[in-house]
Amino acid sequence: MTDATLPPETSASPAKAPMQPKSLYALDDLTRKRNAAEKRFQAYGIGAIAIGLFFLVVLAYAIISQGIPAFSRTVVEVEFTLTQEQYNAAEGTLFKTKAYEEIFINALSGQLQDSGIETPVEPEAIERIVGKPGSTIREFFRENEDQLGQPVRFDLAASSRVDGYMSGRITREGMTDSRFLMASDLDVVDNLVEAGVIKTVFNWSFITGADAGVDNAAAAGIGASVIGSFFMMLVVLFLSLPIGVAASIYLEEFAPQNRFTDLIEVNISNLAAVPSIVFGILGLAVFIQFMHLPQSAPLVGGLVLTLMTLPTIIISTRASLKAVPPSIRDAALGVGASKMQAIFHHVLPLAMPGILTGTIIGLAQALGETAPLLLIGMVGFVARGYPDGFIAGFTDPNSAMPAQIYTWAARSDLAFTEKAWGGIIVLLIFLLTMNIIAIILRRRFERRW
Amino acid sequence: MKFTTLVSATALAVASTAFVGAAQARDQVQVAGSSTVLPYASIVAEAFGENTDFPTPVVESGGSSAGLKRFCEGVGENTIDVANASRKIRDKEIKACAEAGVKDIIEVRIGYDGIVFASQKDGPAFTAFEPVDVFNALGAKVLKDGEIVDNPYNKWSEFNAELPDVDIAAFIPGTKHGTREVFEEKVLAVGCEESGALKAMMDAGMSEDDAEDACIAVRRDGKSVDIDGDYTETLARIDTNSNGIGVFGLAFYENNTDKLKVATMSGIAPSTETIASGEYPVSRPLYFYIKKAHIGVIPGLKEYAQFFIADEIAGPQGPLAQYGLVSDPELAAVQASVSNEETMK
Repeated sequence: MTDATLPPETSASPAKAPMQPKSLYALDDLTRKRNAAEKRFQAYGIGAIAIGLFFLVVLAYAIISQGIPAFSRTVVEVEFTLTQEQYNAAEGTLFKTKAYEEIFINALSGQLQDSGIETPVEPEAIERIVGKPGSTIREFFRENEDQLGQPVRFDLAASSRVDGYMSGRITREGMTDSRFLMASDLDVVDNLVEAGVIKTVFNWSFITGADAGVDNAAAAGIGASVIGSFFMMLVVLFLSLPIGVAASIYLEEFAPQNRFTDLIEVNISNLAAVPSIVFGILGLAVFIQFMHLPQSAPLVGGLVLTLMTLPTIIISTRASLKAVPPSIRDAALGVGASKMQAIFHHVLPLAMPGILTGTIIGLAQALGETAPLLLIGMVGFVARGYPDGFIAGFTDPNSAMPAQIYTWAARSDLAFTEKAWGGIIVLLIFLLTMNIIAIILRRRFERRW
Repeated sequence: MKFTTLVSATALAVASTAFVGAAQARDQVQVAGSSTVLPYASIVAEAFGENTDFPTPVVESGGSSAGLKRFCEGVGENTIDVANASRKIRDKEIKACAEAGVKDIIEVRIGYDGIVFASQKDGPAFTAFEPVDVFNALGAKVLKDGEIVDNPYNKWSEFNAELPDVDIAAFIPGTKHGTREVFEEKVLAVGCEESGALKAMMDAGMSEDDAEDACIAVRRDGKSVDIDGDYTETLARIDTNSNGIGVFGLAFYENNTDKLKVATMSGIAPSTETIASGEYPVSRPLYFYIKKAHIGVIPGLKEYAQFFIADEIAGPQGPLAQYGLVSDPELAAVQASVSNEETMK
């Protein structure tokens, strides 16, 4: 520090020595200008961060405030007896779930009249309130035939409109009578809430459930598409990690430097910038039309996303291999290790944290990708249930989280928009977890030289 | 070497699952096509999966044209079985199908869909339209003072004093949607004729075909915006623009009556009743097309089609009508043609 070595007198009495150059303590114009420029630059930086943070906060607020209602649901709690005759009759019809729904609605309206709820309750009003309970009832009694003829307690999902009323999305003032919900139904709902028949509970079925038809928003869940995403990520991980690492090791350590390897390098970098929809077109042409792999299958989705993730992994792997100091290689070779031993015993373990970080970030990118899935049939009404087994998980039609969110956002019942925001929260939690794992891996295992 | 064994083992595992997948026969029906039919198809698919022992069909979206294109790619397990369409299949497409080996196609009409004009609920009073109004607002060339001119209007009140004095802003379906065709045919073309523009164009020396094409051309100065996405996108545009008029399907409007108000067309309010009776002018039939060659190969295909048009589902009391489909008065004939597997000529 030059200024620290200056004797203090000089600065105290600069006027006494006019010949002397100006004191370093008194700032000249140029220094002032430079300092001002630095201050300004810092202000720009802080401004940029502030703007970024502002948008982040707005986004997070929007997502959380709109997505939270998806995690609670309104249920109608009823005790209900189904007789053997009713069961047989319902099983004999074509539209069985509707038959169960009718039996249930009649039973409930009778029950409500007996229990002395003030407002007169017509079966049509109950139908508007309870949503679509048919399939839940049918499934239960098909699995538990011994329960027929006995009272069984059910928590049945209320319709999406009633759900919206309970969560405040639909207000008495803002609503118009429609065949989906009438203003008079809200009185019934209020009475039932007071009587403890209708209540709000945590929506486990949103996390574990599958997609539902457009008229059944209350039953829709993201669980099945989480599984779809999981199997896709398995394919991506087990294909792109070995292929990517092997390619980078060869290119970095063994390949001769010539025009051909230069060409490959340029192409890998270019591949990283190719729009993902192009990979979808390629996947449709190669995997489905040429190789005859099943449509809408996570296997094909995974293969397509592998192509997309490979460049990311190759680039990050090569960077981390380069970061290992040559002295390590030289030392290994010097004590007689073969080149392969030097790489696999010494270089690769040291580069591993970087490789894994790159892989996880590549996977996170692939997890959030929708565009290529559009073309291979994973967007639409697809995620209908859990696969039957491990292999079926790869081949059975399924969707993925971002594709499911996209599908929901396009549906006309606004309850699905709520589900879409809820789905975004789930997806963000997954992405956040993956990024945190990447950071932990880097912190724990990274070596500095 | 541990690492290399790991690599080869995983590669082997993935490859074997791929083969298993390829060897497995497809056991679910695969559907794609119109985004207007998608909601109905998804309701049916869900009910079909819940009520039969067949797996739930996979229903993809993408638009009528895209769906029919995939439908016509050929016969085989890696092609779709059913194409949903919000318009009739075109001769060109039938030809393309035949060239790819898809010769026997079963056409199924599932019902009718109304197309409505709606605006923000608290916005200006767009309550009644005539086709002439829409044509004057959106046509590329209109008749003004006896002459055909490039559309000069900026506000609705300029050509019809009864309409609100606000800027024209319309959000209409883009050309990839089947809805656009109906909009052109049943609103723009009709308005063109009624306003006398068609006659004026023909008097000015245009051939009838050219004049009809000029009638359905939409102005390109930004007052009319093509929406290529779904109705939710149109709704979002209307939400932020109080003067906006949007074109929606009846079912979508009925699901969002607390945000939108609908306008009458030629004095008739759109509803399932007025559409079924044919009074409301802007409606169109919805279809799906089945590959006959896949019946018997893909389990549940014929059952799916029959389930779709059963009285319990597509009838006036069924869940499709509940959602907004106008059920087909001739449903019995459609049911008969499906059970006999009658193909198109």
